[in-house]
Amino acid sequence: MTEIPATVPRKTSLWARHKIFETNSIFLILGVLFVISIGGLVEIAPLFYLQSTIERVKGVRPYSPLELAGRAIYVREGCYNCHSQMIRPLRDEVERYGHYSLAAESMYDKPFQWGSKRTGPDLARVGGKYSDEWQLRHLNDPRSVVPLSIMPAYPWLATTDLKYNDIAIDMKVNRLSGVPYTDEMILNAEADLRAQINPEDPGAADVEKRYPKAIIRSFAGDPKRVTEADALIAYLQVLGTMVDFKLYDNKANLR
Amino acid sequence: MPFRSEPVSANTHEGQMAATLPAPQLKSTDLGAGIAFGALALLTLIIAGKTEYPAYAFHALVFAIASGWACFKVFDNATSRGPVAIPQEIDGKPNYNMGPVKFATIAAMVWGIAGFTVGLIIALQLAFPVFNFELPWISFGRLRPLHTSAVIFAFGGNVLLATSFYVVQKTSRARLAGDIAPWFVTLGYNLFIVIAGTGYLLGITQGKEYAEPEWYADLWLTVVWVVYLLVFLATLWKRKEPHIYVANWFYLAFIVTIAVLHLGNNATIPVSIFSPKSYIVWSGVQDAMFQWWYGHNAVGFFLTAGFLAIMYYFIPKRAERPIYSYRLSIIHFWALIFLYIWAGPHHLHYTALPDWAQTLGMTFSIMLWMPSWGGMINGLLTLSGAWDKLRTDPVLRMMVVSVAFYGMSTFEGPLMSIKAVNSLSHYTDWTIGHVHSGALGWVGYISFGAIYCLVPWLWNKKSLYSDRLVNWHFWISTLGIVLYITAMWVSGILQGLMWRAYTPLGFLEYSFIETVAAMKPFYVIRALGGGLFLAGALIMAYNLWMTVRGAPEAREASLGDALPATR
Repeated sequence: MTEIPATVPRKTSLWARHKIFETNSIFLILGVLFVISIGGLVEIAPLFYLQSTIERVKGVRPYSPLELAGRAIYVREGCYNCHSQMIRPLRDEVERYGHYSLAAESMYDKPFQWGSKRTGPDLARVGGKYSDEWQLRHLNDPRSVVPLSIMPAYPWLATTDLKYNDIAIDMKVNRLSGVPYTDEMILNAEADLRAQINPEDPGAADVEKRYPKAIIRSFAGDPKRVTEADALIAYLQVLGTMVDFKLYDNKANLR
Repeated sequence: MPFRSEPVSANTHEGQMAATLPAPQLKSTDLGAGIAFGALALLTLIIAGKTEYPAYAFHALVFAIASGWACFKVFDNATSRGPVAIPQEIDGKPNYNMGPVKFATIAAMVWGIAGFTVGLIIALQLAFPVFNFELPWISFGRLRPLHTSAVIFAFGGNVLLATSFYVVQKTSRARLAGDIAPWFVTLGYNLFIVIAGTGYLLGITQGKEYAEPEWYADLWLTVVWVVYLLVFLATLWKRKEPHIYVANWFYLAFIVTIAVLHLGNNATIPVSIFSPKSYIVWSGVQDAMFQWWYGHNAVGFFLTAGFLAIMYYFIPKRAERPIYSYRLSIIHFWALIFLYIWAGPHHLHYTALPDWAQTLGMTFSIMLWMPSWGGMINGLLTLSGAWDKLRTDPVLRMMVVSVAFYGMSTFEGPLMSIKAVNSLSHYTDWTIGHVHSGALGWVGYISFGAIYCLVPWLWNKKSLYSDRLVNWHFWISTLGIVLYITAMWVSGILQGLMWRAYTPLGFLEYSFIETVAAMKPFYVIRALGGGLFLAGALIMAYNLWMTVRGAPEAREASLGDALPATR
């Protein structure tokens, strides 16, 4: 069905010029690279220099060592496959979950966990919404507290000791790409992690100083033993609680 | 560099060398590859011994065994083969290298069935949570990435490897470049799949959708991918046709762009060489943008450009008709790759991503409709004058229906990228349904069609064992797809509407858990649809198996049985 044109196209026609891509693989590759670079550059590069990308907000701090370790559990178990952490500025979402999410609230999240599916509810502001005990029971056996839930049970979290001997390096690596952990935070990482589940630990006050508003209590029940459930619940309980929305000025961040 | 006219003369040159050199000669490329594999084996052994993470030690050991075996194999081949190079041509015909193509074809079928099975399991887990069995390795959060990676990268990736290596040889009329390299790409890619897949089950993940493998798997894939590009390019350089065939433009765009996306979205810093964990250098909103720039273009370049290349070779070949419009293929090629890259932000509508980026994403997603349908039109109208073959050739029918599904999902996609629609559809099962109409209908069917074509060609059989079984496969899996996507449309839209429903007094009408409970019947129907799709693939595997081992007489007989029934 190919039609043979009555007149041979002139050398200058665009179709004839396309021949260079059809006969030279290097030109074809360079052409592809050029064409695909444009969209990516225009959409991504400005996010790194436009001041308005991330709102200026008080309260957002790097995760404490325990919360960071809990976040790693959250990632490991693939919670993001069913739970988003991004409340959209829509009436029903704001009423169901709380203030819509700000870019600043995930500015230290590596990787971001905004998610793409809500098989379960959004977790961006789940912090403080339920008690530690509820969270623990829910993780152990979701249907014991929410009978119609379809969430898998995670009974191994409460029985597995948290492995945290790398936590200081984790924080260092985070610092390398922009999370403002101080030398002091990194130096005391392991001690801070243990202290956060034990209010009677002499270092507990320092944890709160280094990580303002950090919750210091035994999340999974045993202040002497750090389990994966402690870390995960500590992370869940801090989600969405760092910014004080009574003080947040929405108008100052119009963009 | 092996330019077009060289291979033949180089060949005779080596033939002369064979006559003069008495002992087998180790080529420098063999030596280099052998040393590299040996060094990798040593390094991974050290890592396996020193790391505190058992899962990572297991992976290091797998690497050590694989690279140790490769090291042995390279030296063994080099010494036993002798100094005579593999001929580029035999009796004036290209001496095609179909070994890696055969391997990737079989791998595609095996991974496909594994991936569909895992899909069925997670569908059942959503309908009946007891299927999680309270075991960490098979809980939904770990199996879901296994499913997506198995079907996209293991099944789809091997289909792309097999077809690209086949098509580039045939359309260039030249043997695949390199001796070790094509095997390195095929086996190396499948090693990546094994590492990635077992990693998810053991809890090793980056936590970025469709880019879950950790830093060391990513590094390995990068090496494999660079060699893939080089093999593909070097084969093109040997071609005996002046023009690069249109399917190869799409393959090249797919290979190059996936490399760029992979590097951008996996820019991580490992915690240590002895730890499987790493942290991405981007964070929060920038990381989200990078992720969906990657994620949407994994769809655009892996699952679209690559499979369009399959369409551009296999449909004209099977229908015995030339491509409908050459100019349309030029326009839609450049338009498609230019526009696709912009579409990522439609995954981030109404999020904390700045509005300007969301608007750009939406605008370009809508424009993307045009080049997508350009491809569909070019594929479908290639059938002009051969439409009757749809009645007699179930393989061609499968590929044509695939293009129709492509048209449908590339219409649905732009629709869902409109912010007002997205506010309803996002976070719901509608997205899952949309993805599966593209994945099962378009990617699945064009792959099945290509494999149905390839197997008799590769194993030198006259035809498939049974056209009738292809028919069964087609209808069972089509029923499966229809059940799947309609269930997800209903559940997605229902869920979106329930989330935003208000009582007359102005309260939210439903609690979240009520919307979960409402999904149950649709999750059961979805699992049924997935089960039918899997059943179809099992029929296919049986048909292919019988084709490969079938004796010529048996084939003739079954052909006689099958054809009247389908006509």
